[in-house]
Formats: sequence, structure tokens, C-alpha cells
Amino acid sequence: MAIPPESGGRRSVIHDIGYSKYDGIRLGEGYTWRTLYELGVKHCYGLGRAAKYKVLPMLMLAIMLLPALIIVGVQVIVSLDEQVLPYSRYAVIMLFVISVFVAVQAPALISRDLRYRVLTLYLARPLRIDTYVYARLSALATGLFVLVGLPLLVLYVGSLLSGLSPGSETVDLLGALGGAAILAVMLAATATVIAATTTRRGFAIAAIITALLMSYSIVATVQGIADEQGATEVAGYAGLFSPFTLVDGIQVALFDTEASTSAGPPGALGGLVFVAFAVVIVAGCVLVSLWRYRKVAGR
Amino acid sequence: MPLWHGTIFPVSLIVTRGLTKTFPQVVALDSLTIDVDAGVTGLVGANGAGKSTLIKILLGLLPATAGTASVLDLDVTRQGTEIRSRVGYMPEHDCLPPDVSATELIVHLARISGLPPDAARERSADVLRHVGLAEERYRPIGGYSTGMRQRVKLAQAIVHDPELVFLDEPTNGLDPLGRDDMLALIRRIGTEFGIAVLVTSHLLGELERTSDNIVVIDAGRLLRASSTAEFTQATGSLTVEVLDPAGEANPRDRLGEALAARGLQVAPDGGVLRIEIEDEATYDVVRDQVAELGLGLVRLQQARHRIEDIFMVDAGTQGVAHGDPT
Repeated sequence: MAIPPESGGRRSVIHDIGYSKYDGIRLGEGYTWRTLYELGVKHCYGLGRAAKYKVLPMLMLAIMLLPALIIVGVQVIVSLDEQVLPYSRYAVIMLFVISVFVAVQAPALISRDLRYRVLTLYLARPLRIDTYVYARLSALATGLFVLVGLPLLVLYVGSLLSGLSPGSETVDLLGALGGAAILAVMLAATATVIAATTTRRGFAIAAIITALLMSYSIVATVQGIADEQGATEVAGYAGLFSPFTLVDGIQVALFDTEASTSAGPPGALGGLVFVAFAVVIVAGCVLVSLWRYRKVAGR
Repeated sequence: MPLWHGTIFPVSLIVTRGLTKTFPQVVALDSLTIDVDAGVTGLVGANGAGKSTLIKILLGLLPATAGTASVLDLDVTRQGTEIRSRVGYMPEHDCLPPDVSATELIVHLARISGLPPDAARERSADVLRHVGLAEERYRPIGGYSTGMRQRVKLAQAIVHDPELVFLDEPTNGLDPLGRDDMLALIRRIGTEFGIAVLVTSHLLGELERTSDNIVVIDAGRLLRASSTAEFTQATGSLTVEVLDPAGEANPRDRLGEALAARGLQVAPDGGVLRIEIEDEATYDVVRDQVAELGLGLVRLQQARHRIEDIFMVDAGTQGVAHGDPT
């Protein structure tokens, strides 16, 4: 094996300067959490990394923003007196782009440390494994929130420019941002479980994109059939089984928005079921992720 | 009960008492009782002897089945987090992400160890220079040679200036030159840097030049622990080569017989004699006898026994005696 740069000149370099001790402060777990979290958020968009890591996430962000920019352009030119597209429906319309983003970035953020066993280096430091998992999950959720939330802000600015009522627009925007936050957490949690289970990047990408898109297609199909049969309640509850329709249903229940699917959660009970189901899914995914990492850590 | 505790090391950095770890299929550590002092300590054992398991327990990452252990006077079961902020660990296996540079990785890990951003950057640059990574530290690790990877692994283990560092098989996969460099670096960490080192190897010979003390474990049990000097000097021997200026035959055998008659253990070995050193007087006896026979002394050399030799003896005899847990 060729190890050319290791001989010769290096030795003189080593002996020139002595080793110095470190007696400065050592910060606690809050700092290490923040370090991991901040780096994770940056890496979601390839920031601080080589150009090739920026291409895909930035492209996805651009595609996410494009429709919003077009809508704003039209709004301002034509001076429409109502929204072309409600904030709350943007995520469902763009779900393919969001799915690709999470499918590519979750394995990069989550399974990389497992695959290359970098986790060992984290574990040998004063950082608990749960803290590590929460930091990674939060970073992914934050990255997703930016992806889903930024176009909403663009739409909001456009609406104000075209003279729509700031009061109702702000209320709608805040509701949609709440929905975006819930969606971000939901997608981050489910993608983390999948990425933590498989260390193969390709498998993880395929598994996440399949899970997200398939679940949505199945839900849409079932809803279509149920609607045709007049079974509105079945159509409504079918929305539980895809992260996108689940969060859309929660928005309907919590912020009284218009459903993006053919049927939202049926009544107040339906809304309650949707919220409870989302809580169970997120909590379940987080617990499974923690369990998985604790198992790896215990080896 | 402690086998030799308190006799050699007054204050120990690592103390284990009856430490036992059983996995469903194997007993990894079997009532292990050791004391490790400052300086460089070699932990020697065959693959699967329990070296890595011991390190993971000492880091507080793996719970022991029975027994106790403390590192820097901190209990491994209760104070694992504090231990990990004051020690460093270089794992045996590959553990580096390919897509970041050594600098990026080491700065990040320094911060994870609690160093503020500026200090993390400064110390990373220092430490990478000390382990001998120059310009290549800005390139992605994926393109590094095994030797460079080992250096990065070593750098991350000492970047936060720990009081003690665990190095698990640091010479694994290195060629002879790379191995010598690594061992010299480890020696410097233990002396110049003032960081206590526990370094493992399955190769007995390579640690004798590097370590102050050697602990030999086999099948999770303590085989032997003492200073390296004791290990290698206890059974020293002399190599003696003579010639006869008068040209008479067999000067070697004549000297051999004379020395044997004076009570020394002598054995011919090719053209030379191998003489067991009993004490300091052995040298004088040899010198006097050579002079008495009128021979010319070509070579009088102390041949240290290698750790291997002792290990063979220990494995055959002491190992069984020590192994029985009390």
C-alpha cells in the first residue's frame, strides 16, 4: 500500500512545536446538542459542504418555491381579490418534491453515522445516545419545516402585495405554518425510523419514497372508491394512513381549513382521532428510533 | 480478590475488581482484577481475549455482569458521562465518514467533547499536526490510506486533551514502517503529551518498546501484569563469542565447559554460547574465564528475552493457576 505523504518531512514538523495542554472550559450537553443540531440543519441543505452536496436539496427548495413565485406574480399582475391557492393545501400539492427531499436527506443525516460506524466516536464522548437521536431528528424536522414553510411565506408576501386583508391572511398563514411544523415532525419521525433501520443508503431512499408516495396513492384510491360508493366517513378516515393526508386532516380539524382530499376527518370526533393518531405515530417512531440506537450503542 | 493490587502501583488510573462480562454465547471477561497506572500500559491478548470489551466497560458504554471498575476514580456504571469527558477512545474498527475532511471531522468531534468553537478549531489544527497530517487534512477522508485513517482516529481521541486515552489496536492494518511511526507517536503521547495510555495489541512484541507496563489477558482472565522491564529482564541471557589467538581448535567448547564447571547454565548456539544470567556476577565470571583460557572475546551481548517467551511460559503454567476465580 502506498503511503507516500507519511515519511520524510513530516517528522521535522512534529518535533518543531510541542504539545500544549487544554485547560479552558468544557461546555455541557446543551452545547453539544446545539452543535449537532445546527450542523444537521446546515447539512440538510449542504451548507458548509462541497457543492455536490448542495445540488439536490437546493434544487428541491427551488422547485418548492417556483409555484409560489408564479402564483405571486400572477396575483400581483392581475390583482386578484382572493387567494389562488390556500396556504394549507400547498404541501399536499407539492408532496412529491417533499418526499424526494426527505428520502434523500434523511439517510444522509441519519444512517450515515450507522453505516460508517461514526456513532462509536460520538458514543465515546459525554453525549447520551438519546440526545444524539433527538438532535438529528430535530435537525431533519427543521430542514423540512424550512422546505414546506418558505413557499408559504412567499405566498403571504404576494397576498399582502396584491392588497388582501392582512388580518385574515396572517391567521391563515399561521395556521398553515402550524400544519407545516406538524408535517415536518411527522415526516422526520417516519423517515428517521426507516433510515435508522437500514444502513444502505439506496435502500433507505427507496424505502422512504415508496412509503410516502405509496401511502398517499393508496389513500387517494381508497378515498376515491369510498366517495363513489357514498361512504364519506370511510373516505375521511382513510386519510389517517398517509402522513400528508393525516396532517391535512389535522389542519382541517384544528385550523378549520379546506380539506385537500375528497374527504377530511368526519366531524369533531374525526378530528380528535386524527390528532391522536398523529401523536401515536410520531411517538412510536421516536421510541423505535431510540430503541434502535440504544441497541447499536450497547454493542 | 486482588492478585497483586497495591504492590506495584500506589495510585491507579484504572482499577477493576472481579470484573466479569458474559454474553449469551461467551464469557468475555472472567473475574478480571487489574490496576493500571500513569504512563503507557500495553494490554496484550489474542483476538477475542476481551480487550475491546474491557475498554467499552471502562468507557461506561457496556454494563458489566459482575464486579466493579473505576477510571480516574470515577465509577463506570454511575459516572460514565464524566469519564467520557476526560478520556479519549480510538476504536479498533474503521469509524470515519468518507465525505468530510479530517479537519471538519476533528473540529466537530472536539465540539461534541465540549470545546468551544474557537478552541475546537485551534486544538484540531494542533493535534492533526502532531499526528502528522499535513495538507491532506483538507481533503475528504474517503481518499485516505490506512495509515492516514489511523492518524485521524488517533487525533480525534486526543483532540479534547484527555487525561487518559484508550487505543484499541492502533497498529492494525499498518505496514512495518507505519507501525513503527504509530508506536513512536503513542510513546510521545504517553511521555511528552502527558496523557496516560492504555494501548491494546494482539502482537506481544510490538508493545515492549512502547509500554511502561504490560497486562496480558487471555480468555477474559488476567495472565500476568508487571512492568515491561520486569517482563523482559527477568530471564535475560548472554551471547558470548570467542576466538583463540593461538589457533587451537574449539575455543567455544572449551569456554563452555569451563563455565559449566563454574556452575553457569551454558548452551552452544551456532558459533556462539548462550549463557543464562544469574546475577551481576555472571558477567565477571565470563570475563575472568575468557582471560584465564587466553581467548579473545569477540562478543559479549545481553540478549533480552521477548515478551513472547514469557507469555509462552505463563500460558502453560501460571495461566491455569491465576484463572481460577476465588
